Amino acid sequence: MLARVATFAIDGIQPRQVWVEADIRSGLPAFTIVGLGDTAVRESRDRIRSAILNSGFKFPDGRITANLAPAFLRKAGPGFDAALALALLAASGQVPSAGLDGCAVFGELSLGGELRDSPGALAVAEGARRCGCARLIVPRQRGREAALVERLEIIAVHCLRDAAGVLEGADPPPLPSPRASRWTAAPPPDLADIRGHEVPLLALEIAAAGAHNLLLEGAPGTGKTMLARRLPSILPPLTRTEAIEVTRIHSVAGMHAGGLITVRPFRAPHHTISPAGLAGGGNPPRPGEATLAHHGVLFLDELSEFQRSSLDALRQPLEDGSVTIVRGQRALRFPTAFMLVAATNPCPCGFAGVDDRCSCADVDLRRHRRRLSGPLLDRLDLLVDVRRPGDRDLREPPRCSSKQVLARVAEARERQQRRLAGSGARCNGELDVRLVRRRVGLDEAAENELGRAYAIGLLSPRGRDRVIRVARTIADLAGRERVGRDDVLLALSLRQRTPVETALLP
Amino acid sequence: MSEPRACPGCLARAWLLARLAGHLDRAGNRIVALLGLGDGELIAAVGGREADDLRAELGCFDPDRARAGCAAAALEPMCRCDPAYPERLRGLGSPPAVLHVGGGLDRFCASVADQPVAIVGARRASPYGLEVARSLGRGLGAAGLTVVSGMAAGIDAAAHVGALDAGAATIAVLPARPERAYPARARALHRRIREVGAVVSELGPGVAPRRWMFPARNRIIAGLSAMTVVVAAGRSSGALLTARAAADLDRAVGAVPGPVTAPLAWGPHELLRSGAHLIAGPDDVLDALFGVGGRSSVAPAARPALEPGLQRLLDALADGHGTMESFAIAGLGPDRGLTALAVLELAGRIRRQAGGRFSAVP
Repeated sequence: MLARVATFAIDGIQPRQVWVEADIRSGLPAFTIVGLGDTAVRESRDRIRSAILNSGFKFPDGRITANLAPAFLRKAGPGFDAALALALLAASGQVPSAGLDGCAVFGELSLGGELRDSPGALAVAEGARRCGCARLIVPRQRGREAALVERLEIIAVHCLRDAAGVLEGADPPPLPSPRASRWTAAPPPDLADIRGHEVPLLALEIAAAGAHNLLLEGAPGTGKTMLARRLPSILPPLTRTEAIEVTRIHSVAGMHAGGLITVRPFRAPHHTISPAGLAGGGNPPRPGEATLAHHGVLFLDELSEFQRSSLDALRQPLEDGSVTIVRGQRALRFPTAFMLVAATNPCPCGFAGVDDRCSCADVDLRRHRRRLSGPLLDRLDLLVDVRRPGDRDLREPPRCSSKQVLARVAEARERQQRRLAGSGARCNGELDVRLVRRRVGLDEAAENELGRAYAIGLLSPRGRDRVIRVARTIADLAGRERVGRDDVLLALSLRQRTPVETALLP
Repeated sequence: MSEPRACPGCLARAWLLARLAGHLDRAGNRIVALLGLGDGELIAAVGGREADDLRAELGCFDPDRARAGCAAAALEPMCRCDPAYPERLRGLGSPPAVLHVGGGLDRFCASVADQPVAIVGARRASPYGLEVARSLGRGLGAAGLTVVSGMAAGIDAAAHVGALDAGAATIAVLPARPERAYPARARALHRRIREVGAVVSELGPGVAPRRWMFPARNRIIAGLSAMTVVVAAGRSSGALLTARAAADLDRAVGAVPGPVTAPLAWGPHELLRSGAHLIAGPDDVLDALFGVGGRSSVAPAARPALEPGLQRLLDALADGHGTMESFAIAGLGPDRGLTALAVLELAGRIRRQAGGRFSAVP
């Protein structure tokens, strides 16, 4: 007897349809699984045997061959268990084969026959919808997540027995009731916690309004991390498409408890992270922190402590909004449209330029600066210093709340979307060189100031473009149609390093 | 005229110093006195067990090889027997036997003929010290004087860069092998100085710098210059050795005061106490050299008056207040304040320093 069940493998973050075929022939009892599975797939034979027996079914006698087609695609993980078990039951006539038509199955089995929580349910549901399946059987915990996909019947079952029951014609159990998960429950920290820091707050607002990358530089304990963590609270909420994309990524990475993620992700990897951890990689390739921060914020604290190779790995993701990982014969694309926020001390001990406490040797200072002066820094739009707030500032009431700032940010984003409609960019941070020339609209005084800054060596050509983008956002926040002189000057002040011309000074 | 400008005797002396480089490192602060000894005495003083070998090696020294070495490194040697040898250097108790000059011997002689001024100071100077050194270099360069310094990081380099800003020649006196930059990261500066000024050293090409060569170099800086100005120097700074050498030669010494709490202002203040000229700008140097009003600096193009808010911000920054305090003093909010900073920076009135500080450009 032959039976066939549809399921899905997760390739990167994309679902690929896999047919599970089971064939039972008379002969010496044996159970082989073919089709390029990994160790977890090979071990599933034992899980399936116990699960079937413990669910009150009979494990078929004879020579069993299961195939995962297409055979060229590598299959990893235990997510094929349920599909294999149901294919076996159908092949041995214990569940009706007809019930499996147009039905996809996804989930890991426990020895007792329960369907266990498995990562990637949303991606599988999207795949099922795309391949024209009408129904999808998923573990109970993943019901709400899979149900985010419209026009697809989700059968969230507890165990193999229940799944067989539904295939025999029983009513599918109702979806689990939505439960406030920790992702939606905890609101991000608010800007109202911040005292002083007028300049960094201004930079944060501009960064949020234009999705600009930002570097915060300051002595330890001045509040760089505190500021960065509050950035998600002033970013416009995820659109539904974005939210689904984010949920799918986090679900595939197994970092998601269920339901739709509505808050922009904030990822803060430790500085010991490897290039593959940051940009994605491994075998099979898994999304890195850059992808987990898609549509959100990637925060790199202690930027100068990151390995050079890790930071270099971020260049393509920053430039293109996606990263392509090539392993063997396969190339996988992971989306990486994140905002980069980096924080660093001005020197290894942290006190250079603040007072005479800096105790770094010249060599250390130079190494620190060299790490920071790399091509990564050139891709940052806003470079601001975070200074210790004064005692008076700390006692004053907060200057603004995230709600007020968010309103201004949302308005500025709307203006950008109107102006950039049809250009492929959504906000000023995504403008490329061509768009900077065509769609910004500098007035003459602004052009002149920029020319002056360029002439005296304050800016590199790339820096000039970055300043124009930031100036555009400043004008958008103020509701100005054209970018004026003051917008450019403010942008210049907010993107500054030691000027190029002092390069002669060793 | 192909007559060599370095005689075999002096070239042999330069070779001997290089040969004794390791021995002389143990000389400590006797170094300047040792350099005043004749070849034989010097070998006897520091040669130790190697003395006989050294004498033999000195006996078969080949001046043509030394000249070829200089030519290969694009250096021109000039010895103290040459009539064009800088007159001021002869005042030293131990004038260097040979000057290895990169960048043109004639240009070097022409630039040190007038009244060169040495600007020296600490390596790890404050932004204030660097700005002052740079603007002194610029002002003196514009007034037609040559700035002499040691190309070390910090004050020395800033003084050279200031002179280059003004398009003036400047002379870097290096501890050894003048064909290479020391410190190595001053490569760009070294190249520029060679193009428009001169690099010079007592020791020839290929000799690695050693500790004793720095005080030895400092005496040459003082010896070449009509006046030595110390910008920032801690208690153990080599710049104070340069100032002492200048004072011993009866040359003028100047010092730029700093905050009394700053360790790097200790040296200048000590010099001021013992009668050095107080230097607040290029005019003070010119007055000390040429008498009051004898020569005045070329006034930089009159700076346009600033609007009151900008002027208040500039004054606050120049008084050493931090950026935010200065905004408060000038009555500017963060966005207006940042815009004003950009205006001042574009006008060249302030310069951004590490850690987000700004210093006023004098």
